[in-house]
This record gives sequence, structure tokens and C-alpha cells, in this order.
Amino acid sequence: MNDVALAKSLSSKVLQPRSSGRAKTLTTLNEHVVEVISDSGEGAQRCGQSLGAIAAKMGNGVWTVEIIPAEIRPPARSVAGASGNCIRLGAGRVTNGGNETDLVIAFNEQVLLGRVRSGELKPDCIILLESMWRENSDPRIVGSYVATHDELVSAGYRVLEIPMEHECRKLVPDARRGKNMFALGVLCSIYSLDLQLAREQIALTFGKKAASVITSNVRLLEAGHEWAEANLDFKFRIPATPATEPQIVINGNTALALGILASGMEVCAMYPITPATSASHYLSDVFEKVGGVVHQAEDEIGACAFAIGASYAGKCTVTITSGPGYSLKQEAIGLAVMGEIPLVVVNVQRGGPSTGQPTKAEQGDLLSAMFGSHGDAPKVVIAPSTIEDCFYSMITARKIAETFNMVVVVLSDANLATSQQPFPRPRFSESWLAPPFDQSELPAGLKPYQWDQTTGLARRFVPGQPRGMHTLTGLAHDQLSHVAYDPEINHEGIRARSLKLAALQKTLKTPPVFGDDSGDLLVIGWGSTRGAIEEAVESVRAEGHKVSSLHFTIIQPLPAGIKEILQRFTRVMTIEGNWSDDPQDEIIDETNRRYSALAMLLRARYLVDVDCWSEVKGQQIRPNMVRRVLLEKLRQH
Amino acid sequence: MTIAATECLLRMYDERYGLEDYQGGVPRWCTGCGDNAILAAVQRLCRDENLRPEKMVFVSGIGCSSRFPHYMKSYGFHGIHGRALPIAEGIKMVRPDLHVFVNTGDGDCCSIGAAHWIHAIRYNMNMTVMLHDNQIYGLTKMQASPTSPKGLKSNTTPRGAYLDGLQPLTVTLGVQNVSFVAQAVDWIPELLYDILSAAFHHKGFSFVRILQRCPEWLPNLFDPWMKDPQRLLLLHGEGGLRISPALSKAYQNQQQHDPSDLNRARELASVIDPIPVGILYRNTDVPCYEDLRRTGQPRSHDFIKAGLEAEFDKFTVWPQESGSRTTAA
Repeated sequence: MNDVALAKSLSSKVLQPRSSGRAKTLTTLNEHVVEVISDSGEGAQRCGQSLGAIAAKMGNGVWTVEIIPAEIRPPARSVAGASGNCIRLGAGRVTNGGNETDLVIAFNEQVLLGRVRSGELKPDCIILLESMWRENSDPRIVGSYVATHDELVSAGYRVLEIPMEHECRKLVPDARRGKNMFALGVLCSIYSLDLQLAREQIALTFGKKAASVITSNVRLLEAGHEWAEANLDFKFRIPATPATEPQIVINGNTALALGILASGMEVCAMYPITPATSASHYLSDVFEKVGGVVHQAEDEIGACAFAIGASYAGKCTVTITSGPGYSLKQEAIGLAVMGEIPLVVVNVQRGGPSTGQPTKAEQGDLLSAMFGSHGDAPKVVIAPSTIEDCFYSMITARKIAETFNMVVVVLSDANLATSQQPFPRPRFSESWLAPPFDQSELPAGLKPYQWDQTTGLARRFVPGQPRGMHTLTGLAHDQLSHVAYDPEINHEGIRARSLKLAALQKTLKTPPVFGDDSGDLLVIGWGSTRGAIEEAVESVRAEGHKVSSLHFTIIQPLPAGIKEILQRFTRVMTIEGNWSDDPQDEIIDETNRRYSALAMLLRARYLVDVDCWSEVKGQQIRPNMVRRVLLEKLRQH
Repeated sequence: MTIAATECLLRMYDERYGLEDYQGGVPRWCTGCGDNAILAAVQRLCRDENLRPEKMVFVSGIGCSSRFPHYMKSYGFHGIHGRALPIAEGIKMVRPDLHVFVNTGDGDCCSIGAAHWIHAIRYNMNMTVMLHDNQIYGLTKMQASPTSPKGLKSNTTPRGAYLDGLQPLTVTLGVQNVSFVAQAVDWIPELLYDILSAAFHHKGFSFVRILQRCPEWLPNLFDPWMKDPQRLLLLHGEGGLRISPALSKAYQNQQQHDPSDLNRARELASVIDPIPVGILYRNTDVPCYEDLRRTGQPRSHDFIKAGLEAEFDKFTVWPQESGSRTTAA
């Protein structure tokens, strides 16, 4: 039997429309992880985002994660080409992307295979698979489809073939454009979502296009919904608690950009780099409306130097980048430290070193953020831990930068950058905005670096201020900004710049412990892993384990009171998305093991035996991974 | 409240600045260094233009010439190697009220900072850029620079430089949006002043390459040109320099040149011997990047708030009123 004949004999397996009214099972769930995947350009991302928005409007907890291929146009039907969205829907608040996928809708079997192979699906995942490939004119495609289908079925997945192409063709000539809305309709049926809200979402999504586009997409949505109602024998319901306050639904990069708007900063200098650039895309669209400028510089160094110039001239400025760009900016960051020029540097971390994994999340830049640039270059390091934090951290960063005349590095990552989560709509406060810069005459005799002996702080001089003329320099300098080779003067300057971190630290609150104040195990994290860690801690606590967690959003300087917390727990460990040697590896022992970044810092600072667990697979750290680690750690002793 | 006429006059008198008002620290350049001549010409220019010292920023990178801001009594920014131009651009973007000057050397501008140089020409931001070109690295003790002539022996080219020197003028004139290019030599102060003055008055990116002597490492480099005035080609005419009769006596090799002629400017720029001196190119019609990018809209709190709320609106999920979920059209 050749492949075509085989395909024909199998095609009867494709679900045929059943008579409606067939009894369905309705299962109420606490949460579900659902994903929509297609070739790049087939609209799976839009489908997934719309699903998230509709669920959020109904009052479900939502966290969406983009599935992005590394290439712009990967070949069609390729294993590495999956593009789409993974959406975690919950009855309550959702703080992270959750565990492996429970239900997937795939536009071809190859992109699905990619997800299966990288372990993204739960063993009993429901797979809704486009069936058109069975009838393809190319026998190789038919063969690969059938083989994959059968492999998945025998692996225990519940595979349902759905004739999306066939059904869409009844409505539109080119099903490639529109299949995503049919899929959305199917999902609305499966998750008992309000179809009217879905229609409104389509109107919103295609709002800039012709009315006929909206009508056509709504018809596809309805067709998908009808098809699922008639042909699927199951439905889920995830109870929702409608929000009482307005929420905004955005990803971390949009939140960063809105935070820049809200901080009163008016210039952003950047150079395109993944995964930071989408923040600049959005900012480029809206910044001019409030009189701001996004300057796309000739390179990363130029962007940082431009930002430094603008900051020096009176307007605290931000530069946005990712790993490789951050490395390039290091010398200029040192200049801002030396000249005490306020500057906000956003690093949306990706996999490293070198070009690494541009679209994947990693927390590998903590040490270079803290200690980067040659010599002693103290900087403030902030790491937002939620989408909401991404917004507010920009306001905080601008304020700290201008209060202390320091560089503030904001470490986001690819996970926060592309994930969406609803959070309460911020209420505007004038205190967010930068005050107008000072152009008053300076007091006679005041020096440009008149360092306070206790705090290291000196008043910032802005060009244009009479009596303030001096030459700022990256060379060692005295209080008059005169180049100094004198050993005592060099010491004085380095001391002052260092003291500012201590002065800031005095204003910080000790972060709260999640869980009890003492116990058997304390887990520490930073940045985007917060939701997964706290969810895991909650789940093991529910089983009676004495586990708590601590999460840092300001990492340099670390607030006071941390050592006391660490000492109240029998064991302490960090969970991080960066490298640490596995102590089980043959040649790894206590004398050579490399610890994760935060673990190393905590060990050095507090002389506490802090262990770590980390992973650099470019995937988000999932609650069940953390859970396994915690239980394992508890068993060890 | 009126001010007495005498007080008014006094204030005007007060605001006349003398040379000493622009003199910062004592220059630490070597005796005979061409940078001293450039500093003197700039200070004269500031005095003649009566520029307020607090309204000027001199930005530099790293190298002997980049010490320049320290010797001015104005705001200065002695930055890092190669990055003077983007720093100056950032300043100009937010502060069009400031006079921005850039002092950069042949290593700073044409080597480590070359990418910024090319793009700065294209941005055409309103600033005066002085390329102090002595064709050698001085501060790091005599290494070949990109503009060093072929065959030049230095600590990194002990058997002579392998390549022909880069020509800063032809590079500058080859970039889109170029708007002002001139060449001066440090040993004719009168022309140096006139050229810097023309550069200052041009609105846009005014690029002046100044051939500058380094008495420490290349004391004889420009001797053939200094000893033989015929080996300089003075450019003059409508829209360019006016050469004084005294100078004309000494430098008789002159040529009429129309600075709006880009092709001719490019031809002149590629001439190494005789050295063309004067304004090669000027185009007042090229827009400045800062003018293209700044709306000039005052950024009041209400204005920012309105913009922010409008963005929030785009992403807001409003609470569903009970029972009304399906009523929206």
C-alpha cells in the first residue's frame, strides 16, 4: 500500500460532523494550560492572545507565554518552527506560566512534534490536530503526518483530528488567513467562554481594518464554536471571579515602556536586539505623543553614550538592551558611574554567553549587572518579578538614579518580556514624574563633587547653571572635577561613590518572607521566577512541609535584615535560571563547584551555607520543577 | 518695577566677556603643540561671539586633544575613547539652548569612534566638531593612527606604516546629509579662526579637520608644507573665506571655490598635496535631527497624564457589570 492509499484508508478516522445534541461531559477545572501552535505567520499567536484576553475579561486568572521560533520565517512544517502562545487559565490569580500543557491545538504535526520532543506537553495532554495533511498531494507529507499521529496516539496522548482547513474553506477562499479564529471558536466552546466577548475581542483586534475583515473573522469564530459544540464530547469550565477593579493586560516589555512614560523620562536611546526590542517598538509608537524621543542609535555603545549625554544635560534617560548589548555598554556605564550621571539601563536578559539563545529566558546577567565595567563601579540593580513590577520598576529606577546620581540597572528577562498577565490599572500620580531640571544659579563656592562625608552624595550640576562650570571626566577627579593622580583623592572619590549604595540601602525595607518566618527550608529567588517559586512553596506547605521563600527585587544593595532571616531556617537554597555545577557530576566537589549567581553572593555576604538549584534550558522555570527540587532537598537530610 | 538705566548698562557691561572668562586650567600640552593654537582660536571665537560660559559644553573623547574641555572655563565633558559624538548628540537632543562643541583626535574620531562619526554626519545635529588631526597617537606614545601617512615609522609600525592614511575629508563628504566640511592648519591662526567662526555659524554638523603639529612625536611632519607656502591651496570666494591682503602675499596659491559644489568639494578633499585650506562644503538646507525629533510641546504633568491614560485605556479590561456582559455591541 503506497502512502496515498494509506492516507485514504485512514481518512475515515477524521472526525465527521456528528448530529448535534450529543451528550457532552462538562468538567470543572481549577486551571488548565492550553497552547495554540502553527507555522510562523498563521496567526496562532493572535489566537492565543485573544483567548487570554477573553478569559481575563471573564475574570479568570491568566498568564500567557509566547512560543517564538528563533528564525523569522522558519521553513513551513518544521519541528523548530513552532510559533504560538501558551495560555494558563486559572480560577484564581495566576502568577506564572504553570506546568506542562494540558491541551494543544496544532495547525500541523511537525510544529507539534517540536513541542512534544522538548517535553512541553503533559503525558495525557489532549491534542487537537489539523487533519488536512492526511489528504495532501505529497505522499511524504501524508506519511509523516500519519506516522506522527500514530506515534502520539501510541504514546498515550488523546489525539483528536479536526478538519479546520475543510471547515474554514466553506467561509473563506484562503484558510491560512482565518484558521486562527476558527481555532479560537473551538477553544471558546471547549472552555465555555462567552462568545460575545470573543466577538468584541475580534472587533478590538481588527479595529484598524475594514469592517468586512471583522465580519469574516467573527464568522470563522462562530464556525469554530459551532463545530466544537457539535463534534466534541467534552467541555471544561474554569470558574471565574469577575474583577471589581479595572485591570490592564500587557506583557512585560509593554509594561517597561509604559513605566518609562510614567517615570517622566523623555529620551530612550536603543539599538535593536532581541528580546528587548519590542519594548522600544511600543515606545516608538507612543513616546512622541507625550513629547518623548526614541533614538535608534548606530550601535549599542552609541545608544548608551547618547543616553549619558542626555542625562548629563538634565533629563534622566534610559537605554534598553539585552545581553550582548549590555556587554557592549559596559565601558560607558562605568563612565556614568564615575561622572555620577543618573542613568537607567534596562537589560531584558536572554540566554548567553555570546549570541546564546536570543529568544529564550535566562537569568545569566546578574553578576555582570552588579560588577560589570572595570574597576569599582557600584550600581543599583533592580529585578522586576512580575509584569506589574516591570511597570513600577521604571518609576523607581528613575527616582533612585536621580536621587543618588547613580546608574540603575533593571534586569528583566525573556520570560517577563513576552508574557502577559492582568494587573490592577495603575492610578496616575504626579510623584512618578521627574521634576524639571535645575537651571538656577549655583551657590558660590559649591563644588561639582562636594561629596557628603556620610552618604557620599553630592548635588548634581546641570549645564546651563551659572557658577557650575566644570569639566566632567572619566578620569579620577577631586571635588572640583579636576583630574587627580593623588592617591588620597582617588580613594576619596571611590569611597564617595561606594557610600551612595550604603545610603540607599538604609532606605530599603526587608522583603517579607512568603510562608512562616522560620522552618526547615528557605528558598530564595530573584526576578521572573517569583510566581513559580511561591506556587511550589504553597503546594509543599499544604502538605505540611516547613518551607518558605524570599524574593529579591532590589539586589544591589541588598536590604538589611536578610542574614537574620537566613539564620532562622535549617537549610537555605536559591532557585535560579542561570548556571550552577551539579554536585553529582564526577569531578565536581565543594572545592570547585560553581554556584548560581545569587547563591554565590549570599554565601559571600552572609557566610551562610546557601545551596542552589538552577537550570539553563531556556524554558520558564515551572512550579512542578521547583516542587520536585524542594521535596528532594527536604529528603536529603 | 523698572531698572535704572545705569544699572541696565552695567548689566550689559557685565555680560561682555573677555578672553580670561573662557580660560580654564593651564594647558598641559607640550610646548609647540598645535592644540594650543586651536584653544586660542576657540577662546577668541567665544569672546567675539560673547557666548555665556555656562551655555557652552565642550565634549571630547580620549587623547591629547580630548583634554581640551579642561582648559576652557565652560561646561565640559571629557568622556571615553571614541564616544564624544554620541554624548554630544544626547546633550543637543535635550538641550538645543546649549552651544555644543566636540574636540576629537584622529584616533578618537577616525579609528575607535569611526562608526559614530559616520552616523553623526548623517544625523546633522547642530554642533561644531574639531578633528585635531596630528596623524599619530600622542598620549599613548607614538603609535600609527588611521590618518598616518604610508611609511610612517612608529612604535607599532617600526618598519613603516603599511597602508595609505585614511582621508577624513573624503569620508565626511561621502556621507548622506553632510552639511559643513572645512580644513584648517594650526600654523595659520587667522584662517583657523575664520574657519572655526564659519563652522560655529553654520546650523548643522560642522566638521573642521585641523592639521595639527605634534612636536613630541612627529616634529617635522608638516615641515615641507610650512616651509613652502605654495604647498597650501587656499579656498576662497563667495560663501567661503575672504583672504586678507597680508595673508594673500604669503600664500599665493589660491583658488575660487563655491562651497555649495559637492562634487568639486570631493575632488578638493582628495588632494593631499597641496593641502586645501578653507571651506570645502556648506549646505544650509539639510535638516537637523534634533529639529526633526523634538515636537517642542511643553511636557506638562497633565499632558503626560493624558497620554498615559490613553495608553492604559487600550489595554484595560473593565469590570463586567453584572448581567450586562452580552449587551455590548
